[in-house]
Amino acid sequence: MSAATDAGGDPAADGGDPAEGEEPATVTDAVVGALQESDLRIVGATMLAMYLLFLVLTVASEGIGPRTVNALVSTWVRLTFLFAAYSTLALALNLHWGYTGLFNIGVAGFMAMGVYGMALLSTSPDAVSGMGLGLPLPIGVVGGMTLAAVVGLLAALPALRLRADYLAIVTLGLSEIIRLTLNSATLSSWTVSTFGFGTGGGSGLDLPDTPTDALFAAGGPLDMTFPLVQTSVVRRAAWVVVMAVFVLLVYWLLRRVGNSPFGRVLKAIREDELVAQSLGKDTRWFKIKVFMLGCALMGLGGILWQGSQGFVSPNSFRPIVTFYVFVAVIVGGSGSNTGSIVGSILFVGLLFEGPRTIGSILGNALELGGSPGTFPAAVAPLGSLDPMPLLAYAVGNISAFRFILLGVVLVLLMQHRPEGVLGHRTETAAAVDLHRSGSGGETDE
Amino acid sequence: MSEPETNVPEDADVEAPDEPETQDSPVEQQAASVPAEIPLRVRNLRKTFGGIVAVDDASFEVEAGTITGLIGPNGAGKSTTFNCIAGAHTPDSGTVQFQGEEITGLRPDAIANRGLVRTFQIARELAEMTVLENLMLAPRGQVGEQLWKSVTPVARGDVIEQEAEIRDRVWETLDFFEIDHLAHQEAGTLSGGQRKLLEMARAMMTDPDMLLLDEPLAGVNPTLEEKLLDRIHELREQGYTFLLVEHDMDVIMENCEHVIVMHQGSVLAEGPPEEIRSNERVVEAYLGEDEL
Repeated sequence: MSAATDAGGDPAADGGDPAEGEEPATVTDAVVGALQESDLRIVGATMLAMYLLFLVLTVASEGIGPRTVNALVSTWVRLTFLFAAYSTLALALNLHWGYTGLFNIGVAGFMAMGVYGMALLSTSPDAVSGMGLGLPLPIGVVGGMTLAAVVGLLAALPALRLRADYLAIVTLGLSEIIRLTLNSATLSSWTVSTFGFGTGGGSGLDLPDTPTDALFAAGGPLDMTFPLVQTSVVRRAAWVVVMAVFVLLVYWLLRRVGNSPFGRVLKAIREDELVAQSLGKDTRWFKIKVFMLGCALMGLGGILWQGSQGFVSPNSFRPIVTFYVFVAVIVGGSGSNTGSIVGSILFVGLLFEGPRTIGSILGNALELGGSPGTFPAAVAPLGSLDPMPLLAYAVGNISAFRFILLGVVLVLLMQHRPEGVLGHRTETAAAVDLHRSGSGGETDE
Repeated sequence: MSEPETNVPEDADVEAPDEPETQDSPVEQQAASVPAEIPLRVRNLRKTFGGIVAVDDASFEVEAGTITGLIGPNGAGKSTTFNCIAGAHTPDSGTVQFQGEEITGLRPDAIANRGLVRTFQIARELAEMTVLENLMLAPRGQVGEQLWKSVTPVARGDVIEQEAEIRDRVWETLDFFEIDHLAHQEAGTLSGGQRKLLEMARAMMTDPDMLLLDEPLAGVNPTLEEKLLDRIHELREQGYTFLLVEHDMDVIMENCEHVIVMHQGSVLAEGPPEEIRSNERVVEAYLGEDEL
């Protein structure tokens, strides 16, 4: 709230470019400015826009028919699932990178630690692949987060003494070490007397059911047929609600961390660590604590996402996941918690799911023939003014084009709005309103 | 060779045997804690970077409640000395004592927490934080710097209470330095002189016992310079001690009670400004006529 008034009341402070900061330069700026009054409204509006976009896309691909509602709801649930998953991770990364300036590019590794930690504690001992102790899920979740935090600590102890780019290399390396270790057959099953333990190696690991699944089990309160939508979709939606609650909790927590003296030191470390030290802050501890907290939240993000699908394998934790989370934070604007959520929504909707959906719609609508095998084969018919093979090629390789799109968007963003959608905002790092007390927020300017 | 300086220690190696002044016996120095009147005592400080000797056996002390100037031509080792005192560099040898305690080689934060706080030659404002946040950051012993206290609802009350106190102090400080009109601006948007004021204000918010100011007037326009110097004098009257690195001779001569002149890494002369002004060796060093 105070952050919003600050941003609204002092446009010159944004972006650091006083010449352009006076008035919204473009329509986008003006829209963004108008929406900024309430964080909830921004997030809500962005989500609504994505839902509408996918409403159009779904109708375009399915047509209007008896199955449309189910398809639409299913799409929305999948979207929301990804929104929530990326939001949790982006919030955690924003704590590291946006708030403290710690360049952690090992997000996927810490997610994996969370999921596997949870699984080893909570997966049933007689699972088909992998083995766990079968403990209750909350213990598994806390255990997974703790494991992620401890691994974070191990990485942080040597790495935080180094400069930012070295931390990046260490975390990236660690994340790959984690993935390859989980992939190795050596640890796939491991029995000590009667205790079985195992990661399942490359064949993956069975995970416990999500708690919401119990509602839909035979005899459960929601054991019924739903009108228009399939039960599996509703079941998924129930879990997405749980995820959304977690996102709110994480948001609340990080906002609280940000608006505190602790968060102020984090910001100072990001800006200039020597200054923070010269003011008597032992920055080492701040960095270690914040690194562990962020890693635990990344573990949580992993559990909510990859841990909720009944099965997980090391392939889910390739470095590309880290890259995606970074894109979400960059789009949203690093340093802003609300921005991280908005960025996640935009990333999932426009860059991740959007191109794929559009690709499949095009594929269906145009009744393209088989995609040509090579690029020259796709381009050559252009000579005879036949664009269809090229289009078919593009649609057939839509996932590769997604990367090109990502790259283009990032370049454009860096050039035109490097601070991201909401990154220019000042979220004041203090636990109280900093206006002169007594004068009711009045500043004598 | 010129007459030995009237005042205290001769540190130039050339004239090693020195008549023992009150504080010079090494035994005494180790045994008794330094009287509170000498908060800062630097002994035989040496710092090299590769083959370059930046500070070579520099010794001096700063008396309580004074503005002491540290001057010298470019490359005399002032800033390095400063960084060694403040902990940004670890000296190769020699000792630094603050209020009777050895602080040589401690981390910058440990030194700052003992009440010896520095500013930087090139103002290092926290650019993307507002002036208010810059100042709110500074106070020592903030409860809310403990993560769990900032987060848990039970402890949060104390944090908020302290934050409100600090905020009120911040506004007083902003008023004192007359930068209250900039309070909500991001520090990166301030002018060079305003940044220097901000640095001073921020350092004051730590409630230090002694301030190390590294060229506080560099790049400051004359009006602001006046203001800054007024503030420094006012604070000195309140009992604060200052060690000022400056390269502008006139500023030092007009504002300091005691002047230490460094040249080629060691202390060339020290004394009250009038004496320094007429000291031949100082004049030579400044005119670069060492070869004479």
